[in-house]
Amino acid sequence: MEELLREYLPILVFLVVAVGLGLVLILAAVVLAVRNPDPEKVSAYECGFNAFDDARMKFDVRFYLVAILFIIFDLEIAFLFPWAVGFKDMSDAGFWSMMVFLAVLTVGFAYEWKKGALEWE
Amino acid sequence: MMQADLTVILPEIVLAVYAMLALIGAVYSSRDDLAPALVWLTTAVMAGLAVWIATGTGGTRIAFGGMFIDDGFARFSKVAILVSAAVVLVMSQDYMSRRGILRFEYPILVALTSVGMMVMVSAGDLMSLYMGLELHSLALYVVAALRRDNVKSTEAGLKYFVLGALSSGLLLYGASLVYGYAGTTVFAGIVQTVSQDDLSLGLLFGLVFLISGIAFKVSAVPFHMWTPDVYEGSPTPVTAFFATAPKLAAMAMLARILYDAFGGISGDWGQVLALLSLLSMFLGAVAGIAQRDIKRLMAYSSIAHMGYALMGLAAGTEFGVQAMLIYMAIYITMNVGTFAFILMMERDGRPVTDIRALNLYARREPGKALAMLILLFSLAGVPPMLGFFGKFYVLRAAYEGGLIWLAVAGVIASVIGAFYYIRIVYYMYFGDEGEELDTRSSPALWGALMACAAAMILGIVNMFGVEAAAAAAAATLVN
Amino acid sequence: MSVSVFAFYLFSAGAIAGGLFTVLSRQPVHSVLWLILAFISSAGLFVLLGAEFVAMLLVIVYVGAVMVLFLFVVMMLDVDFAELKAEMARYMPLALLIGLVILMQFVMAYGAWDANAAAEGLRAQVISADRHNTEALGVILYDQYFLLFQLAGLILLVAMIGAIVLTLRHRTNIKRQDILAQMYRDPAKAMELRDVKPGQGL
Repeated sequence: MEELLREYLPILVFLVVAVGLGLVLILAAVVLAVRNPDPEKVSAYECGFNAFDDARMKFDVRFYLVAILFIIFDLEIAFLFPWAVGFKDMSDAGFWSMMVFLAVLTVGFAYEWKKGALEWE
Repeated sequence: MMQADLTVILPEIVLAVYAMLALIGAVYSSRDDLAPALVWLTTAVMAGLAVWIATGTGGTRIAFGGMFIDDGFARFSKVAILVSAAVVLVMSQDYMSRRGILRFEYPILVALTSVGMMVMVSAGDLMSLYMGLELHSLALYVVAALRRDNVKSTEAGLKYFVLGALSSGLLLYGASLVYGYAGTTVFAGIVQTVSQDDLSLGLLFGLVFLISGIAFKVSAVPFHMWTPDVYEGSPTPVTAFFATAPKLAAMAMLARILYDAFGGISGDWGQVLALLSLLSMFLGAVAGIAQRDIKRLMAYSSIAHMGYALMGLAAGTEFGVQAMLIYMAIYITMNVGTFAFILMMERDGRPVTDIRALNLYARREPGKALAMLILLFSLAGVPPMLGFFGKFYVLRAAYEGGLIWLAVAGVIASVIGAFYYIRIVYYMYFGDEGEELDTRSSPALWGALMACAAAMILGIVNMFGVEAAAAAAAATLVN
Repeated sequence: MSVSVFAFYLFSAGAIAGGLFTVLSRQPVHSVLWLILAFISSAGLFVLLGAEFVAMLLVIVYVGAVMVLFLFVVMMLDVDFAELKAEMARYMPLALLIGLVILMQFVMAYGAWDANAAAEGLRAQVISADRHNTEALGVILYDQYFLLFQLAGLILLVAMIGAIVLTLRHRTNIKRQDILAQMYRDPAKAMELRDVKPGQGL
């Protein structure tokens, strides 16, 4: 176990450095930067007009559909990892198990395709 | 080994493969008018599977290292699930086609949710239980929001989804505690670590969380809040579906986990179930009185009925399980009939759910009104309808299990609850003159209504053999 | 203090802070970012346990995909969050009570850790040291847990159907690409010349 963790040591060091650097940069801005805000400076800028309304607006639902379909296939791929890693010790059942799984999702994919969910129009 | 395991889950495989083939077939034929045909085909497949399972050889078969159990109890539940799902599908076809919400995905989702329910009642492991539950609920969340341009329907779907996710979380938390303290997720292993005199506290907490999670699915008080809103908002055929098969599946799953995994401490979970049962019966009976919308009323009615079914389980005896199964079978039949009637309630082609719209309905449609009267009396538990015998069984189970106070409370709650059923009868026969409902009816709905009403009367002879089947099923679970 | 102990405290503190500020921060976008911190910290804790695959899964699926979707929803949805927060404040006492009860249960459950003697024997065997965690997972998941794995596939299928049924709308009055038809289009037939006689039209 110790050996395994030692392999991750560079990543830990990297994380610490990244967090440290981020903090330093933010704090440096607080300490060093010159700030004298006034209402005109901090207000939203919209081509010289006053802002018309809130920046949040209803968004086309198609974006979510794409994102959700992406997550589903992301999960499918995630299942492939341990399968590939453990492949050499795997029984026939394990092999066909993945084939069936992929077939089920291919059915879903074919449905999606034909239904036009992958088209943006 | 794998081959033997696969033969045990063959019915599930058949249904899942059918659903996938139907999906591909329907989408590649690019015909929108295919949906009604697909509804009938799905119904035929599910009915065929029900017959196959019902006539299959007996005996208990265990597959996948104890994760899947095929015994008499599972088969009884599966037949009931498949038959009720098939009947509700047939009932929905006409209603949904005319409102333009029948899409070919609907029967496919119903088939997939049935696969989930079949896995739920056969689960022999906390993990397979959870997977079955999720498969079943995910499809239900979608069908609840099927009328997606309607605010109430989407709200129903969203509410059901958020609260369902919360209950899944409770269930998983309980399952992880059980796994931590029992060292395994297989029921056959958990039962070895559970004993009356050496019960670890962690295991008990885990059990309580598991029961809470499942109580949400059967909509027992205090986990019932979603029920009225979801029943009201969903399209009526979907509501009819919610009220039937999933309730039985969740109830059977609860019985399975309590007896197979925690059979040694029936005293401990008996208390919890008795409390849930008591609260459900009274809340269902009292809160239903104020309802004017018949779908909300049916929601409170189903909460109350779940209380009675839980009473059978709370008894902790084999007879209690048998009583629960009989009660659920009768409950499903009554609800199918009642929802067939609700689906026919419309004025100028638009569905109506206000119960005051039924004013003097009996004058124009004496046959349908009489059938509804029988079903409502049966729901209220008035002898000699079949509903009375269902209540009689669970009350006797509670009495024999030493829960006399619960049985007495059940009788009181049933008297209170009878008010709102009988009020509908009053409106139908003696109400004031008002706007009339249409007299249109589709053959499927009319047939379902009449058949269920007739069953309420004719069933008192021998319950169509359900009693003996339930006894055999209960015997395989409790041994 | 060894590195692994240091890392444990670092990630635990990260996870707790992340969870806490997810709930407390005023800006929903900040909440999502804090949640990402909580997930990354949990991934670190999984690495410390030797469960590398689960750790990476957490980063890829949760941080990479689910959180992006969350950000999407939070930033694009037209919801008045101030109003929601005010609503939340009303139920705060109840939420605190529930939290307290669950905390007490935790303490009681773990304080009285006395798993039954039989439970020790039922515990699944720890994997041998020479086999990698991910590899062991692969060998067990697709064979022993065949049923669960296939059910997972069906759940994903239902999720796909559900997402499409609920959100896909087919617009009728727009021009779509029909690639085959466009490729097989014959330029020679694309245009036709007609001789229009004056005063007669076509």
